[in-house]
Amino acid sequence: MLKLNNISKKWESFSLKNISLNVDKGEYFILLGPSGAGKSIVLEIIAGLIKPDSGDITLNNANITELKIQDRNIGLVFQDLALFPHLTVHYNIGFPLLRKGIRKREVNRKVIELARSLSIEHLLRRFTPTLSGGEQQRVALARTLALDPAILLLDEPLSSLDVERKVDIRKLLRDLNRKGQTIVHVTHDYEEAIALGSRIAVMNDGAIEQTGTPQEIFSKPTSTFVAGFGGIRNFFQAFLSHTQDHELVKAELNGNLSIFLYSDDEGLGYITFPENGVIVSNSPSNSSALNSFRGKVVDLYPHRFGFEVVVDIGVKVYALITAESIQKLEIFIGKEVWISFKANSVKFIKSD
Amino acid sequence: MQKSSIKLSFTFLGGLVLLFILAPLLGMVFATPLTTLFSTAGELEVQQSIWLTIWVSMATTLVFAIMAIPLSYSLARYKFPMKNIVLGIIDLPIVIPHSAAGIALLGFISRDTIIGKITGIFGLNLVGSPIAIAFAMAFVSLPFLINAAREGFSSVPERLEKAALLLGASPARVFFTISLPLAWRSIVTGLVMMFARGMSEFGAVVIVAYHPMVAPVLIFDRFNAFGLKYARPVALLFIMVSLVVFVAIRLLAVKRKKDA
Repeated sequence: MLKLNNISKKWESFSLKNISLNVDKGEYFILLGPSGAGKSIVLEIIAGLIKPDSGDITLNNANITELKIQDRNIGLVFQDLALFPHLTVHYNIGFPLLRKGIRKREVNRKVIELARSLSIEHLLRRFTPTLSGGEQQRVALARTLALDPAILLLDEPLSSLDVERKVDIRKLLRDLNRKGQTIVHVTHDYEEAIALGSRIAVMNDGAIEQTGTPQEIFSKPTSTFVAGFGGIRNFFQAFLSHTQDHELVKAELNGNLSIFLYSDDEGLGYITFPENGVIVSNSPSNSSALNSFRGKVVDLYPHRFGFEVVVDIGVKVYALITAESIQKLEIFIGKEVWISFKANSVKFIKSD
Repeated sequence: MQKSSIKLSFTFLGGLVLLFILAPLLGMVFATPLTTLFSTAGELEVQQSIWLTIWVSMATTLVFAIMAIPLSYSLARYKFPMKNIVLGIIDLPIVIPHSAAGIALLGFISRDTIIGKITGIFGLNLVGSPIAIAFAMAFVSLPFLINAAREGFSSVPERLEKAALLLGASPARVFFTISLPLAWRSIVTGLVMMFARGMSEFGAVVIVAYHPMVAPVLIFDRFNAFGLKYARPVALLFIMVSLVVFVAIRLLAVKRKKDA
């Protein structure tokens, strides 16, 4: 649906290098990367605010590289939202609709319909600077959706919100996407990327390092940057269900492996736990750790802080241990070992 | 302790400045008997002169605003070669003596110039006409409007204009629905300043048009011919009328902004 072919743009101190992307209709596409990676610039190039030096952009097979901003039918919600402070919520949302040919009654009807769907109907007569962050975010979304954009671009839509609002807006975005809205979402937060993205492109220093599903990105990083950016190697898709007797929940991996953790959530998502929280031993752990598994060492890499040991317990688990421990435990590739980690070191990121 | 003593001395110094401005004006009020003021207000020459001053200055401001506001927007938004020189040209009327400006204008519109010849074909002599007054007023007062409006446009975040473009608005619609309303307060301030500066202009006007007499020229004329006692009531009356007009414009502009 949206295609970027070898987009490049050079400034004095920064350049965008051969950005190629392919976003399918109905997809929730995430551009993930640290600040300064050039993610927002990619959005602004798609929207037409910045002209690329070379490369081209096609939307629904039409080349839009040279098209005027106002003719692209691409919705962009800026990080700072850019709501019009001198207009009420009603007129902000109606702004894209108040064009020649659309009747005022029809505009009003559409504004109210959009406001209702985003639960901001009661705010229509307020001026935008008087609204809270979450309310402003909804108004900005409603205003952009009024355009009925072929594609919705979001620049860090959750970064300025508190945790509670974040959950609200996340749900809202996911619902929007379910209704068929194609979304490209820029973020520096890998949790956000995992929670929302159907596919993720990781950006660093003006280039795309890797594109793939959350699973591919986090469990098979193709570069050290991608591996380091998430900082997570132990990353698995899991189905969470509550157990009967205690506050622990059980995460099922591949249908046969169960990991215990603390969480209020349920359902499909991803679990992660830190490499340095995984203990390797030669016998079943008698510590308090609930998650204890037997597996075979399949790989061993030197690492900044000792060694990275990869143990296959049905899934590949990464553990960081010191060089001394390697010697003491006599670890070698092919050896059977036990690994354990605490239930409270496991984090769940809901994705549906 | 130290802070309050500095506050005290600042208040004292500030008070002196305020007194310096207010004392002559109040002195003029107390030196003018009410009956004299009323009889002066009844004089046809005075009425005509004040009316002429107000309407010419207002018309000048509005007509030139149509050209000056787009210029202000361009100066606030676009980068172009020699922009600093353009900014300098705009400030020029503030720094040159107004009588000199009048002389320059006179050379521009008198009967033997191209403009004078063209208007002469239609039987119009610019020198000594309200148009000459308007030119003189505009020449010295335009910088106030242009600079205020430019400041206003500069303070409108460019991002809002971009957002409007992204929402499908044409550049013209962006200007009229986003940039102009958001800069409106500064523009009104500029319009009022230009209008006020035009009304109070003497130096440039007196050279291009002694007659018909605008109020500042009338005040000078009376002072020259009859002395302080006769000039004072006209001056006071003109000041009072100006004040009423400015307050009215301010109130109207603020109200319109609220309604919008």
